[in-house]
Amino acid sequence: MPVIVDYGVGNLFSLQSSFAFIGAEAQVSGDAGVIRGADRIVLPGVGAFADASRKLRESGLDAVLREQAARGTPIMGICLGMQLLFDESLEYGRHKGLGLIDGTVRPIEEVIDPALKVPHIGWNALRLVGEKHPIFRYIEDGDHVYFVHSYYAADCGDALIADTEYSAPLTAAVAKGNVCGCQFHPEKSGEVGLNILRGFCDWEVERP
Amino acid sequence: MITKRIIPCLDVKDGRVVKGVNFKGLADVSSPVELGRYYSENGADELVFYDITASAEGRALFTDILRQVAATIFIPLTVGGGINTVEDFDRVLKCGADKVSVNSGAIRDPELIRRAAQRYGNQCVVLSADIKRVDGQFRLFAKGGREDTGIEAIGWIRRCVALGAGEVVVNSIDTDGVKGGFDLEMLSAVCDAVNVPVIASGGAGCKEDFVRLFQALPKVDAGLAASVFHFGEIEIPELKRELREHQITVRGSSWRSKN
Repeated sequence: MPVIVDYGVGNLFSLQSSFAFIGAEAQVSGDAGVIRGADRIVLPGVGAFADASRKLRESGLDAVLREQAARGTPIMGICLGMQLLFDESLEYGRHKGLGLIDGTVRPIEEVIDPALKVPHIGWNALRLVGEKHPIFRYIEDGDHVYFVHSYYAADCGDALIADTEYSAPLTAAVAKGNVCGCQFHPEKSGEVGLNILRGFCDWEVERP
Repeated sequence: MITKRIIPCLDVKDGRVVKGVNFKGLADVSSPVELGRYYSENGADELVFYDITASAEGRALFTDILRQVAATIFIPLTVGGGINTVEDFDRVLKCGADKVSVNSGAIRDPELIRRAAQRYGNQCVVLSADIKRVDGQFRLFAKGGREDTGIEAIGWIRRCVALGAGEVVVNSIDTDGVKGGFDLEMLSAVCDAVNVPVIASGGAGCKEDFVRLFQALPKVDAGLAASVFHFGEIEIPELKRELREHQITVRGSSWRSKN
């Protein structure tokens, strides 16, 4: 059963409902024991990086997530949850992330046309990068997903599996080993988003 | 690039979807859950639910219906009507809303926008403004379009965006229900005043009205309508095909896999 990590950031009703809709009853929990027993982990998140990162640390769940990542449990970060997978973020200062994927979270203003609106909000097309990642097995290049963000993951290197065009390419999804992340909201991206969650649930990772 | 959004609006009263011509003469159309699911499966990019009785009669929002909607529909949901406090935001967000639309509540207390934006982020706060021409001025109306506030509307919108509104729904009372096209003059004035997404509402009668909207005003992000969708006068997949033929970027909808 997938476990959606509850660390007091945002509302998880839609995310939990979307897993139920695809037949994968997900449990919402902030309990370390439950998360350790999960066969898959979803790290959600909305709001500010510093606040979310502090809550993860204070609850001790940061260590549990690192431990489960090392054990090979498939993990998906969503939106701010994806950003938390990185080494650090420059949102209002400099803050440490989980360090599971190399890269830095930076303001999108640094790369986009200044005339464009921030946040990058709305439906935008995915451009799949490299070999199609298993979480994308049920979708196609060019499918639209729903974004709401003002920061993006820069310098992801080989971890980049999809980006999206907003006058500049912005990181849309990343993966490294058993850990992946989506900047967009699969639980708000209609059929395409549900198919990405399906892909995540069917993703078979070889455990170390 | 970001696609133009097509947004059906469901006015809800007593658990049913209604739509009035110029806000009067309400007629039951369908169940919010059924209609919402239909739209979601047929290419709607977002749904707006207004509890239209809330501002007039102080009714509580239909949170249980919202919950049912959010458990079966996985596209962005905006909820409005009777939003007067940050607690109202909290109540509907917990039921699966992604954005909350304020109208009369913000007129009574503009600081509501600032408080909500600080707590949930600007992207969560949608300003909805009912506007009508009075004495050569764009005038802000309250209480579902029934009461002239005397406030000049463009300045009001600018002020609300400065307070933290992340999106603006412009509903022209002059064109609402008339089906003669969106109020391009009013929308143009709003687009010039703010740099947040602007959603056009009021006046859509046919597919060409949406084409004209996005061609004339490229800064408009979305077109919102109710009765033309509810009564099947415009089918969203066909509307999107039409927009695509005019080089307007729209989201590929689920009908693609069925056709």
